[in-house]
Amino acid sequence: MTGPGPAPAADGALLTARGLTKHFAVHRGVPGTRSMPGMRGILATRRLARHGFTGRVAAPAVHAVEDVSLTLPAARVTAVVGESGSGKSTLARMLARVIKPTSGEILLGGRPVAASNRGRRAYARQVQLVLQDPFSSLNPVHDVGYHLARPLQVHHLAGNGTSLDETIAGLLERVALTPADQFVHKYPHELSGGQRQRVAIARALAVQPQVLLADEPVSMLDVSIRLGVLNLLSGLREREGLAILYITHDIASARYLADDIVVMYAGQMVESGPARTVTDEPAHPYTQLLLSAAPDPDRAGPPSLAGRGSPPSLVSPPGGCRFHPRCPHAMAVCATSVPPGHQVGTGHVSACWLHASDLAPGQSQPLANHDLTPGEET
Amino acid sequence: MTANPGRPAPAEPLLQVSGLRVDYGIGADAVHAVVDADLELHRGEVLGLAGESGSGKSTLAYAITRLLRAPGVITGGDVLFRPAPGDTVDLLTADEDGLRVLRWSQISVVMQSAMNALNPVLSIGAQLTDVLQAHEPDMGPARRKERAAELLGLVGITADRLSSYPHELSGGMRQRVMIAMALALQPHIVIMDEPTTALDVVTQREILEELSTLREQLGFAVLFITHDLSLLIEIADSIAVMYAGRLVERARASALFRAPRHPYTLGLLSSFPPLHGPHRQLAGIPGSPPDLRQLPAGCVFHPRCPYVMERCRTDTPPLREPAGGHGRQVACWLHEGSVLVPPDLARPEPGAAASPTPTPAPAVTRSRP
Repeated sequence: MTGPGPAPAADGALLTARGLTKHFAVHRGVPGTRSMPGMRGILATRRLARHGFTGRVAAPAVHAVEDVSLTLPAARVTAVVGESGSGKSTLARMLARVIKPTSGEILLGGRPVAASNRGRRAYARQVQLVLQDPFSSLNPVHDVGYHLARPLQVHHLAGNGTSLDETIAGLLERVALTPADQFVHKYPHELSGGQRQRVAIARALAVQPQVLLADEPVSMLDVSIRLGVLNLLSGLREREGLAILYITHDIASARYLADDIVVMYAGQMVESGPARTVTDEPAHPYTQLLLSAAPDPDRAGPPSLAGRGSPPSLVSPPGGCRFHPRCPHAMAVCATSVPPGHQVGTGHVSACWLHASDLAPGQSQPLANHDLTPGEET
Repeated sequence: MTANPGRPAPAEPLLQVSGLRVDYGIGADAVHAVVDADLELHRGEVLGLAGESGSGKSTLAYAITRLLRAPGVITGGDVLFRPAPGDTVDLLTADEDGLRVLRWSQISVVMQSAMNALNPVLSIGAQLTDVLQAHEPDMGPARRKERAAELLGLVGITADRLSSYPHELSGGMRQRVMIAMALALQPHIVIMDEPTTALDVVTQREILEELSTLREQLGFAVLFITHDLSLLIEIADSIAVMYAGRLVERARASALFRAPRHPYTLGLLSSFPPLHGPHRQLAGIPGSPPDLRQLPAGCVFHPRCPYVMERCRTDTPPLREPAGGHGRQVACWLHEGSVLVPPDLARPEPGAAASPTPTPAPAVTRSRP
């Protein structure tokens, strides 16, 4: 190891997110035409929007992530499971500091991270992001060796000559691309999807991070090679003590790889807990729906879906619990108040009013006009 | 063939593919995308075709419907379609006019990407009535509109959506519209190429449920193409597994799941982590699918096969019934009777407990806790 890493915080967490929220501004019409004409205006507006400034307080926004808190402890894989539009990738991007949260804070080793360039670089030394698509995340004109040397040079970790070559060979061995000298001069198009994803992981490992954020790392890969990459991540957790965030839409793979699972729906965190508990005894109605829909060859008899419909618009999300329009158990309180996390087991939290014990009779009434017709809402 | 007791002798298949070969390109540089494919689709059945990217599963489907684009060339085989008893059409020799009559009205296709398959500048209603106008010229405009509304109703979309454009619908609704269009002329066969792959699991499940209801109502047969074997096992009656352009195994869905015979099928099955039971270390399949331009000699799977034998490196195994097979086929030298079959590939057939020669096999590991 070169350079001291951050010591874990008192609770053992390497990376902590508190109350992360992200709202993206919605542009009506051609971007930029509301401000300055011409290219400069378009770029300026986009840049401002990315930072959450829209010029008007009531401007419409995509409520992509709402008040999400999680911790990534060392030597554990935490999976974030959700459908498209659940905010899981936005969460990963905020944690990687690729985009800035609208509100909330990120703590690395218990300390807030500096906003300066130096702070960003120090952060990137500790927290690395692996993207979904290894076909576009590697540069087609550079070989594998270049991809692995760059982060070493950028972060001044590169020795010269043989030492750099040795570091690169070591990285390739860590991701099981052996013999390393066969891979180091290959270009991305000469590699299979699984090999490319391994190169992307090796590149992330080059700066010896403590935290790896993997955004759907296997969903673009062929079925038969997915397990190899998942097992590689599992090995990095066990051998090197990395804290890993595994973002996925596939709850079965989360159950396989992760120690803990966080389930997201429409930008909100709905359930979290030990992986086996969440999948075997799901507490939140949305998790139950997700599990009832997942492919399962072991299922006895035809599956029965525990709910219908599709996720809401995030520009004008439903009030209260965002799942309530689809929830078979919706009560009056669900439409008005966001449910807090209720402890339902050891380390198992469900953000659902069903688990509240102190509801007034009026609050627990089944929701009036609650229409659960099959098919999709529009 | 060992006829299954209790089931009537199988009638002539609705669609029979034999020895189908498809190349991309001509001459020495041609890539053999499909090699000697045999398939049978029976009336009202769901036949699953499973394979990874580049396995030739979509090419096979497009060859069957003669929708293959250049440089794809069909270089051999037969595709026989039997719309009625005694009426057989050879789809590979049929002329364009003959195919035009058959396509959509007898055999229709649901493409993977509904957004690209629907015309973005025409309303849903216009696209649905267009089909009816082209294939049923006797139908008047009012009746066409009525029928279009009926079709949308079939897939759970209200008639007021007829005037919507594709971009106004969600991905799931667009895929439902595609299914409604495929069913517009009540075909015998619907070919579905990864119809739910781009959708979220809940939407996928809803569409599959609707499809199963519609199949009961209308009685069409489905050729369902997907990479997701775990899904296929739930919805298909029988499954064919493709690897590098070859069919490596064909069996009833439950037999394929409980008692796979080909090492590739076994590897594929253990690439899907289960939703139940204790944690088991899964290995997937080492290596990656081969480049069709540089195929290994012998069995195309041998470089990745944990049970590889000397013979596999030189000879290509034919797809045939294994010893003690129950109307299933596998292309693997392990089942030629000359070697002891590894226990994982010799699990007893489900529902064949009274088999005269029970093979010693471990309990199926994928049981519920």
